Amino acid sequence: MVRVDGINNGDALIRVRDLDKTYRRGSEVIHVLQGLNLNVDRGEFVAFMGPSGSGKTTLLNLLGGLDVPSAGTITADGEQIEKMSGRKLAAWRARHVGFVFQMYNLLPVLTAFQNVELPLLLTKLSKSDRRRHVEMALSIVGLSDRMKHYPNQLSGGQEQRVAIARAIVADPTFLLCDEPTGDLDRKNGMEIIELLERLVAEHYKTVLMVTHDPIAANKAHQILHLEKGSLVEATKGN
Amino acid sequence: MKFLPLILKNLLRKKIRTSLTILSIAVALFLFGLLVAINSAFTGGIEAAGADRLVIRNKISIIMPLPISYKERVLQINGVTADTYASWFGGVYQDPKNFFPQFAIDKITYLKMYPEYLLPKDQYEAFLADRQGCIIGRTTADRFGFKVGDRLPIRGTIFTGTWEFNIRGIFDGNRPEVDTTPMMFDYEYLSERVSFINGRVGWYIVKIGNPNDAEKVAKAIDQRFSNSNNETITEPEKMFVAGWVKQMGNIRLLILSIGTVVFFTLMLVTGNTMAIAVRERTGELAVLKTVGFTDEATLIIVLVESVAIAVIGGGIGIGLAKLFTLNGDPTHGFLPFFFISPVQMIVGLFVAALVGVVSGIIPAFLAMRLRIVDALRRV
Repeated sequence: MVRVDGINNGDALIRVRDLDKTYRRGSEVIHVLQGLNLNVDRGEFVAFMGPSGSGKTTLLNLLGGLDVPSAGTITADGEQIEKMSGRKLAAWRARHVGFVFQMYNLLPVLTAFQNVELPLLLTKLSKSDRRRHVEMALSIVGLSDRMKHYPNQLSGGQEQRVAIARAIVADPTFLLCDEPTGDLDRKNGMEIIELLERLVAEHYKTVLMVTHDPIAANKAHQILHLEKGSLVEATKGN
Repeated sequence: MKFLPLILKNLLRKKIRTSLTILSIAVALFLFGLLVAINSAFTGGIEAAGADRLVIRNKISIIMPLPISYKERVLQINGVTADTYASWFGGVYQDPKNFFPQFAIDKITYLKMYPEYLLPKDQYEAFLADRQGCIIGRTTADRFGFKVGDRLPIRGTIFTGTWEFNIRGIFDGNRPEVDTTPMMFDYEYLSERVSFINGRVGWYIVKIGNPNDAEKVAKAIDQRFSNSNNETITEPEKMFVAGWVKQMGNIRLLILSIGTVVFFTLMLVTGNTMAIAVRERTGELAVLKTVGFTDEATLIIVLVESVAIAVIGGGIGIGLAKLFTLNGDPTHGFLPFFFISPVQMIVGLFVAALVGVVSGIIPAFLAMRLRIVDALRRV
């Protein structure tokens, strides 16, 4: 269940309270997010929509601990993250968050296998255990036969699948996807959305996705609309 | 170790650029190696000089001789345990460019004074038994292919005429710094042929019982011969050799200056390469941080890349320099101690690593300070 009214709903996985994010441009203060409240339960698939500059990506960055809020609190899986040190936040990200970007952001010098293995290099897993996890993640996204391929040997859709495998390989608490279909054609885009749906349905993952695509957004359980840094509407997906 | 594939892949990302950077470092460290070898060549004699030996020379000039009668008088001075003498011969073997030093020596006392010269016993005895006999250092013997038993004709320049010698021995040094270029022969052979030598020798070498007494003994020797026709200057052998080196200009300063310029240029080259590499990979570094790499881990990865490039290049350069010096003195006599010691090789590698650290530290620091959201925006 997703709530945007600031009222606690039991043991929400992500709890955001009175979140503000401001930037300074010279003497001008720009309010990107203002007084935002949000509760997301485990196993939810949430889509954020809104015009450019409405604060969607900023919200995602804050939820993922890539940026720090100007005010307010973010609690994820019981841990309040906005006051964590850089080192602690890095460890928290490694443990709890999987990121999927619009441009895939794979390392071109690494094979699909090595790209997916990256987050596991930070764990104490043995080499054989890492291999097992990577093979499983790649099989979930349907790319077991592309392990040794480099990003430039893969299609856009396949690259995004590798990126998703990298996001899930360490079994994170939730996934943050920033326009994951934005650089793909309709067919490949829908395959990615279906993959995310499967991760939610079959692997009980929590997915928060920013998108401009209403068809992709409709696949989510809940669509949250942002405008000028505030959540203005919540609608049910299909 | 588990980050090694990532670091290797990054190094091989731009093969030509990495190769050229490694090459530039290799060239610079090759040059560094040669500078070290040249420095050793100039200062090797100083290192090899005995702390318990003093050299007595004529106060007017080294080219002015001293009376042979001083030998017994020097021995009487307190603190002196042994003495010997030598004279510069300055002959030419076939062609002036075939230079190697030649000394007329007091055979028994001179070789006792220099235990660092290693001569087989049978060759030593053959040398003592032959008035025309000579011994030659391994470097010069190898250079001209001399063998024991060969006849060696030398054309005299100070002492004119052709001088015939029998090579009775080939000596080695007991350590690399020992000069094995000289040829030595019996002073008696020189004095019996040259009337103007008239009981005069080039310089004396004195052994003292306690190296700490060097100054006191040197003063006593010079006082003994003050107000005579042949006043002396006595100094420790190290200072005597250093004096020769000094005559060739401030070699150390020159070498240090060139070395510093090379080092600085090298840092700029490597630093520039690393800076470009980091800038190109801004987005990738952001991704690494996004998946949980800490700022410090990012710094270390960039720094290790920089150090790896520098050490590989440095290893190649210093290795090539070592190979180059294995052939010995390229000037055939001017740089008798032309070599690079294992310690100097390690120092070279350390210098290379230092170049890697210094040139990589700013790019690595920038990578560490990189804000993920800013970097991702640039992808």
